[in-house]
Amino acid sequence: MAQQPGAPTDLPPSAYPPAPVEVARVVDRAHRESWSTVLVSVVRLTRDLDLAEDCTQDAFVQALRTWPDGIPANPGGWLTTVARRLALDRMRRETNLRRKLPLLVEDPVAPDDVEQPTDPLRLVFTCCHPALARDSQVALTLRLICGLTTREVAAGLLISEPTAAARITRAKKKIAAASIPYRIPADEELPARLDAVLTVVHLVYTAGHVAAGSELTRTDLTGRAVELARMLVRLMPNEAEPQALLGLLLMTEARGDARVSEDGELVLLADQDRSRWDIRMLAEGVSRATAALERGQGRFALQAAVAGLHVTAPSWEKTDWGQVVRMYDAMMISWPTPIVALNRAAARSLVPGADLDQVLAELDALSNESALKSYAYLPAARADVLARLGRVAEAADAYHLAITLTANETERRFLSHRLAGLPD
Amino acid sequence: MAQYMFLLFDSEEWYDNITPEDWQQAMKLHGAFTEAVEKAGARILGGEALERSSTASTVRQREGAEPLVTDGPFIETKEALGGFYVIEARDLDQALELAKICPSGNVEVRPVMPTSGDAEPPA
Repeated sequence: MAQQPGAPTDLPPSAYPPAPVEVARVVDRAHRESWSTVLVSVVRLTRDLDLAEDCTQDAFVQALRTWPDGIPANPGGWLTTVARRLALDRMRRETNLRRKLPLLVEDPVAPDDVEQPTDPLRLVFTCCHPALARDSQVALTLRLICGLTTREVAAGLLISEPTAAARITRAKKKIAAASIPYRIPADEELPARLDAVLTVVHLVYTAGHVAAGSELTRTDLTGRAVELARMLVRLMPNEAEPQALLGLLLMTEARGDARVSEDGELVLLADQDRSRWDIRMLAEGVSRATAALERGQGRFALQAAVAGLHVTAPSWEKTDWGQVVRMYDAMMISWPTPIVALNRAAARSLVPGADLDQVLAELDALSNESALKSYAYLPAARADVLARLGRVAEAADAYHLAITLTANETERRFLSHRLAGLPD
Repeated sequence: MAQYMFLLFDSEEWYDNITPEDWQQAMKLHGAFTEAVEKAGARILGGEALERSSTASTVRQREGAEPLVTDGPFIETKEALGGFYVIEARDLDQALELAKICPSGNVEVRPVMPTSGDAEPPA
């Protein structure tokens, strides 16, 4: 499939050297599609993350060097073979060197060196282990599962390259030194462990979606998050929550273009041109979310339900806000965080005939939550309610606070417009 | 005779640029200490080197919620060290499950460092 168009398959590929741009494209696609499967295949051999990572990286370097002479029919298979051969060579050469770090602890029942289709899942659960800090889980997932370089991880998460490198190195050391197991959790642990994995994927998406700085989104991170969610759905077809997360991400992604106006300004969901949404992506998102909701009201299923209520409404005004509030009520039972409470209050303010004074009291009470102290959405929501109550001076103060708190330039401009639009 | 626990506190920066010679030297010092203890007519009942605090995990009991596992050492100062166990477990998951049922409000779980004769300095 990866052969140059028109090249007869019975001749050696080298007889038809592919164009450099074609090689770059195929290597890039193989990197996105096969990085994690190549890596886990080498991990199975070495039980050493560092060594496996180096050899996988080197296999891609070899591909860039040799594929100009002919692209293999099965790029993923080629890369796996080369990476494993490199690993075997290094293990043979280093057999006399004493190891600095212990080997990965595997499930005793796992058969030796037999490829399992769910192998990448073991790596995912190891990267997102609860004994690693959330920041490290995200960085490690981007590095090991998505194959991003340390530089790309740093750029995506808006941290310095040494910080990204330190997080990744420290996490890998802890996995080895503390014997964090390399396995898929047992059924009884799965819900909690899966939630951590989904949270990491959601964080990757959020980091891409509301990246601080001038651009509103970082397409690469959002795309990677969608790919990760798709992989989880494929590898855990019986779990509802990965479906829900994928649905949630697709529904957000589908609104991508409409989120920013032609001159780069942020457009609120309320003001978005709904005809600019990606209908196919939206339809898949809605059907994934619906399927997940039919199987349970998990955290992501409820969030996807809220997103679904938004995208299937004909307009902002005609959104079923009562139903949105009910979804947040359900979320508050299993996931009572200040952010969910804030979203619920904001939704309640939009139910026709809402008691705005009561909503304001709720928002004021949330101002004492330390988790929301530097969260720009809280003063922004207060400002909106205050403006609707005609308390213009207080609304202006709240907008000023929100503007100080947001790290996103586009959001800051948007809030400044709202502030300027207040009546005198 | 009474029994005492010695808790050893040192700067961890020492590990950052450690050479095999430094490591051997440190092992020698501990060997000399062992001899000195015996010479004094006392006994060492047990002891281990610990991996760096960056490899620690902490399990906290919470009112009305599952125990919380976090990355890193126990850093609060209100609570005081009140005891210890050295546990051999299959992996960190098993160690953390056991820490959750350990009768203490907070348990720091730190891997023990291999220090046998042919052990390398820690990575």
